[in-house]
Amino acid sequence: MTATTMIRAEGLHKHFGKTHALRGLDLDVAEGTILALLGPNGAGKTTAVRILTTLLKPDAGRAEVAGIDVLRHPTEVRRTIGVAGQNATLDEVLTGKENLEMIGRLFRLPASEARSRANGLLERFDLLEIADRVTKTYSGGERRRLDLAGALVAEPPVLFLDEPTTGLDPRGRLSMWDLIGRLAKGGTTVLMTTQYLEEADLLADDIAVIDHGKLIARGTALELKQRTGGERLEILVTNAEQVRAAAAALAKLSGEQPLIDVAARHVSVPVTSHGGVLTRAVRELDAAGVQVDDIGFRRPTLDEVFLALTGKPAGDETSVLEELAS
Amino acid sequence: MTLRWWIADSLEMVKRNLRHIRRTPELLLDVTLSPIMFVILFRYVFGGAIPIEGTTYVNFLMAGIFVQTIAFAGVYTGVLLANDLKNGMIDRFRSLPMLQSSVLTGRTLTDLMRAMLAVAVMTVVGLLVGFRPEGGVVGWFLAIAVMLAFGFALSWLGVAMGAFVRTPEALQGLIFMTVFPLTFASSAFVPTETMPDWLRVFADNQPMTLVTNTVRSFTLTGTGGPDAIPALIWSVGSLVVFFPLALWLYRRRTSQ
Repeated sequence: MTATTMIRAEGLHKHFGKTHALRGLDLDVAEGTILALLGPNGAGKTTAVRILTTLLKPDAGRAEVAGIDVLRHPTEVRRTIGVAGQNATLDEVLTGKENLEMIGRLFRLPASEARSRANGLLERFDLLEIADRVTKTYSGGERRRLDLAGALVAEPPVLFLDEPTTGLDPRGRLSMWDLIGRLAKGGTTVLMTTQYLEEADLLADDIAVIDHGKLIARGTALELKQRTGGERLEILVTNAEQVRAAAAALAKLSGEQPLIDVAARHVSVPVTSHGGVLTRAVRELDAAGVQVDDIGFRRPTLDEVFLALTGKPAGDETSVLEELAS
Repeated sequence: MTLRWWIADSLEMVKRNLRHIRRTPELLLDVTLSPIMFVILFRYVFGGAIPIEGTTYVNFLMAGIFVQTIAFAGVYTGVLLANDLKNGMIDRFRSLPMLQSSVLTGRTLTDLMRAMLAVAVMTVVGLLVGFRPEGGVVGWFLAIAVMLAFGFALSWLGVAMGAFVRTPEALQGLIFMTVFPLTFASSAFVPTETMPDWLRVFADNQPMTLVTNTVRSFTLTGTGGPDAIPALIWSVGSLVVFFPLALWLYRRRTSQ
């Protein structure tokens, strides 16, 4: 079985003035899968999405969606994609229903078809009650749901979701995750951008990590985490004098040497699986006479993934601070 | 085929713009209350002080107010486009397989409707304060055609400016600084005879005067007068220049 590549980018370059947003980005997404484009603010995620959705012309490189050249045939590409996120807003003065119907009409659907699809989506996304309110009055979560509904009006085979959950409360985020997950099960190819490893982990088949306009890692969530040292077991020791004894006890669980922080009463060790690890750890600690305040697994954060992949923290915050300091 | 989609997409855009107007009626102030205010102020403030040869001041004035209102409204189209460019709505349209130029035609067609409303409102108010067009029904319709053609051409200028400026606010300033002097240095409110030579030469030959004189002549005599052909050339010429210019600027702006 050979999977068709639905989204392909080769050597994309784009600069705005002196800023190089993309420096030779390559991407490919197989049909029916979700690729998460993961990276900090300013990594080039949005620029990449804007190029792939025909909104922006690259300085160099080429891109294809569903086998259609993005630069040469933008209108044909637009017929096959749905776009949601920061790049394609809704009309705030129109109601939810009017927005969806307008999009349907501009996709050249007959009026009756546009209306029935709008109604179907409003129902499916739990927006029926507020369908006739202008979208200015919508909450953040409602707006994002309508945004996603807008991307689905034409039932496109390829979807681009730019930070679909940024700014949402936990409940709104969960409901978006649920909706996106169900779409991919229906065979839609999805490229989404996110700043959250957790989100990429949960939804995506594959993760592409980009930084400073370049792909720096590609793989499943598990593969990426393993590259960054994977999960760690962390304990907080009651008494700082017992930190070394605790480290010796935990060393028995793993081939690697535990990391310790005496002042923080903190010990951590890499683990490869959950099975029985916690019970063994507690038993070993108890045998060593170590008292523990807290114990648990900790997944690597985006910051740690970045640290491992690039050797420096995610984002430009540090450089800003350095600039301020100098 | 393309023509059919162009019409369909443009009408969809007009529908959207009309919904905006329905929910934000302030968008009609410049074609309703403000011309009413101008008619009443000019009619009663200058009406007694400015003698007009052969007719009353209000008969003279109305053509000027018509053309001024429609010129401002036409160029103002650009502010609304600049708003869409600012708030990201244009990116939504650009991600859809519609004809992109229909965003602009939708704007100018909506503006044509606003201009028609302005004409209707001002006609009623004019008649109430003593405007008596003696050019007959045919003259009246020709006058309206001249105004609307000029307004439509100017709405393409507005769209071109809207695609060019960075912010809607900047465009508002630009409109005030260009259209306002043009309407005053013209025959819109006073005969140009008393102006100093340098100003009179300019005023007599600039489009605002030519169009105003033609509208005035049609409303008062039923014929276009000597400025009709130059007025027509200005309107058609502006359309021929600003239509492609607007499309070009819009494409350039949106593909950055």
